[in-house]
Amino acid sequence: MIRIELPHHLRTLARVDGEVRLDVQDPVTLRAALDALEAAYPVLRGTIRDHATRQRRAFVRFFACEQDLSHEPVDAPLPEAVIRGEEPLLVIGAIAGG
Amino acid sequence: MSRVRVLVGTKKGAFILSADGKRESWTVEGPHFAGFEMYHVKGSPLNPDRLYASQTSGWFGQLMQRSDDGGKNWEAVGNEFAYDGDPGMHLFYDGTMKPFEFKRVWHVEPSLDDVDTVYAGIEDSALFISKDAGKSWQEMTGLRKDTNTEKWQPGGGGMGLHTILIDPTRHERMYVAISSAGVFRSDDAGKTWAVKTKGIKSAYELPDPKSEVGHCVHRIAMHEKNPNVLYMQKHWDVLRSDDAGENWHEVSGNLPSDFGFPIEVHAHEPKTVYVVPIKSDSEHFPPEGKLRVYRSRAGGDEWEALTKGLPQSDCYVNVLRDAMAVDSLDRCGVYFGTTGGQVYASADAGDTWAPIVRDLPAVLSIEVQTLTS
Repeated sequence: MIRIELPHHLRTLARVDGEVRLDVQDPVTLRAALDALEAAYPVLRGTIRDHATRQRRAFVRFFACEQDLSHEPVDAPLPEAVIRGEEPLLVIGAIAGG
Repeated sequence: MSRVRVLVGTKKGAFILSADGKRESWTVEGPHFAGFEMYHVKGSPLNPDRLYASQTSGWFGQLMQRSDDGGKNWEAVGNEFAYDGDPGMHLFYDGTMKPFEFKRVWHVEPSLDDVDTVYAGIEDSALFISKDAGKSWQEMTGLRKDTNTEKWQPGGGGMGLHTILIDPTRHERMYVAISSAGVFRSDDAGKTWAVKTKGIKSAYELPDPKSEVGHCVHRIAMHEKNPNVLYMQKHWDVLRSDDAGENWHEVSGNLPSDFGFPIEVHAHEPKTVYVVPIKSDSEHFPPEGKLRVYRSRAGGDEWEALTKGLPQSDCYVNVLRDAMAVDSLDRCGVYFGTTGGQVYASADAGDTWAPIVRDLPAVLSIEVQTLTS
């Protein structure tokens, strides 16, 4: 089971409090995690990744284990600590406008 | 007893302002969807408790919301707006061609015939329809196939399809307006379209001022009892068509500036029209710092300034294209919102004004529902 921490607005949209916990089949990649997230919360489709291209939206970032994974290949395995559920995958609204 | 509900879209959420028919004492609910740009909120004419809202964010993209209880509760519905087939190309600011790319929904227009059918005008400009209360959206492809989209180009705010009018006497007749492309009319419920810009001149915006396509139309409006008469606020110029868009002529008359964004028609007087003059395309504020609504009772040309209750010094706000609306009470109420966050109301057809609220986020859109309870 992995843990995903969503930004405030997406938690409101998905009507969840705190972290989301999801079972993700191996290999546990960023793509697999986001697929599982959108399957569990269809309302999030299009908010993190573009509907058509499936690319990360420009002002969304993925952090974990003090690393920025935003530009890593989406099919690369997530860090072991995330896969083991010891650390969350953070979905971040990037600093913009201020 | 009649009531009025004002649906306000702002840069940071939606607000619902309510009053009884006297329109003196208001309640303010919100923000709904706090932090999101609410481009437009509009109710169904068939069931006023059915509301549709466009919710958008630079971070998280487009969302669409629906309420079935007048805005107390909301449900996120479909947010996928996929162009049909090849997205096609349009002219860009720098003269190059760019592919159409979905950015946001500017305007929602509920159907006059079916509560679950709603139209959406999007950026980059296209017209979409949902027949399942917003769950899914399909492009109405005729608009872009029947017109020369390679001459469409974005205005300063983007290339948005911002106005959708449905003729209340002939529902298969629809109009849309696009910045910067022009006005288009369909006589077969949106299957096929034709450009309707004859008579429009854009001397400062286009190399050929009389070009068929490319005009920066800011808004069009009609009165339900005289739907062949259309009013237009263009980038520069206020215009009128007396023949369903076939021909346009300027009616700017004595306005202090004919630049502006909204245009609206009195609920009971088809020739009474309202605009809010703005100084220029680069100075988006009222001339002389005086916020004045101008009213013509003759379908344009002769305009009177309406100033009572509006700031007449040091006012430098703008009023955006979808941020003015009327109620259908007697006397007609007129409402507009500003980029400074004020929502002004007049319960006497514009003779006097008072703010309902003064300190909302910048107002993007205003719609008014006249309700009976």
